[in-house]
Amino acid sequence: MTMTTSPTTTRQGVIELGQVSRWYGNVVAVNDVTMTIGPGVTGLLGPNGAGKSTLLHMMAGFLAPSTGTATLNGQPIWRNHEIYRLVGLVPEKEAVYGFLTGWQFVLSAARLHRLPSPADAALRALDLVEMTAAKDRRIETYSKGMRQRVKVAAALVHDPMVLLLDEPFNGMDPRQRMHLMDLVRDMGRAGRTILFSSHILEEVERVAEQIEVLVAGRHAASGDYREIRRRMTDRPHLFRVRSSDDRRLAAALISDSSSSAVALTAQGIEVQTVDFRRFTRLLPKVARDIGVHLWQLSPTDEDLESVFSYLISGPTSGGSR
Amino acid sequence: MNAVVADITYRAMLGRKRIWLLVLLPVALIGMAALLRAVDGPDEHTAVILMKTFAVGTMLPLLGLIAGTGVIAPEIEDGTIIHLLAKPISRPVIAVTKFAVAASLLVVFAALPTFIAAYLLTGAESGVAYGFTLGALFGGVAYAAVFLLLGVVTRHAVTVGVIYALVWEGVVGGYVPGARKLSIQQWAQSVADHFSTSPFFSTDVTLGFAVPAMAIVTVGALLWAGRRLRVLSLTGDD
Repeated sequence: MTMTTSPTTTRQGVIELGQVSRWYGNVVAVNDVTMTIGPGVTGLLGPNGAGKSTLLHMMAGFLAPSTGTATLNGQPIWRNHEIYRLVGLVPEKEAVYGFLTGWQFVLSAARLHRLPSPADAALRALDLVEMTAAKDRRIETYSKGMRQRVKVAAALVHDPMVLLLDEPFNGMDPRQRMHLMDLVRDMGRAGRTILFSSHILEEVERVAEQIEVLVAGRHAASGDYREIRRRMTDRPHLFRVRSSDDRRLAAALISDSSSSAVALTAQGIEVQTVDFRRFTRLLPKVARDIGVHLWQLSPTDEDLESVFSYLISGPTSGGSR
Repeated sequence: MNAVVADITYRAMLGRKRIWLLVLLPVALIGMAALLRAVDGPDEHTAVILMKTFAVGTMLPLLGLIAGTGVIAPEIEDGTIIHLLAKPISRPVIAVTKFAVAASLLVVFAALPTFIAAYLLTGAESGVAYGFTLGALFGGVAYAAVFLLLGVVTRHAVTVGVIYALVWEGVVGGYVPGARKLSIQQWAQSVADHFSTSPFFSTDVTLGFAVPAMAIVTVGALLWAGRRLRVLSLTGDD
């Protein structure tokens, strides 16, 4: 397996996984993953159940690899509480003490890190996530997005070199999401090593310079988001079309090179296209030219599972790693 | 010891409904003692029975269970423990701090009420009040360590703890002669017996065995809990 590293990698805050696997009984959650996470923003992308949280927990020192090595700056992560001087962690679970106020929660994080001015650090962190106004309310009264932000503040309070975030944008409203995305991008530009997991491609491509794709526990792809995006877009797509005259429309579509297969079914026409962009421009034009009304156009294989599966089974798989 | 960990733990234990579990049994003990005093007047025999069966025999292990598991098991269960563990603090320090909180709660909610109840019934007579207070103190410390360990090693700490407290401590340790030597309740009674001169009370576990046994169990449970916390794994949703 080829390793992919950011070109700006320094020896500050570099996580390395070497042939890491993790299994629970007979179930393999993570399978032989080798990757290096360096400075900048890296998105860990994969469908639900792909093993993202398991991998992230191994990077955060909350899970031992069954085999392989996980290190931070060459030091083992597992059973090494000293790594938390460099690492901030935002877990996916709403793991916050509801009986504390936001201020008490973040201040406690600062004091646990033994920062020289814990109150100043806590205020700065709360300000970063725009939670200053609500800081004196108990966390149990917060919305899900506010809880998420206060967790981020607690993780940032010691200005960590490495920030690990597990599905950080879940539960946030669009404005909060944009704000956190900006914050993450800025930290990445400042040389911090940031890894966040997500099952939403759009989320990852808006924030991350580097994408690591995990499918069914395996490291399916790695590289620049534009490359991953192109490969996801350029794969064969299957559409179902219903129209006023399916037979005429099918005959017109099969004559174009963007369609690799056209089938007439009881539910309409099924078109497999090899050139997604060309097909989406062609279809309305062809329909208009032959006087056919389009009633319905629906993709049949757009779920994330099929998109990700294509990355490991498709003909161009492995192109960037 | 870590002051921040202790602060959060005290708030979790005392600021929520769990405090009522801690308060209920001592209030019942003091209430019973006051009632018996009002009805029968000072009675050393009654005091010894109440202390032996209810204060040390029932209240102490149950409060030990509530405090010992309560300081850590709910945090492990809901994942909030990550807030403490993802910090540059040694895990054994976290375990020791949690133990100290549990032990201090048992001093306040078990040993102190034991003294008040026994004193209400006998005053300073025969050293019953002092003896059972020290017994509850020593026993409470051992229970805090054992139940803290349970809270770390199993996700079913309360169930296992109830079975241990009621079956082993309540039945086997109380009535099976050989098993008495391996019961925290019996060790606590041995301490009480040593400091009391009451003719209504004697134990068959010597102080020379009980004190070292409590020390070994407490230190051993703490060491084990610290080690388990060091390798505590948290799994994600996938």
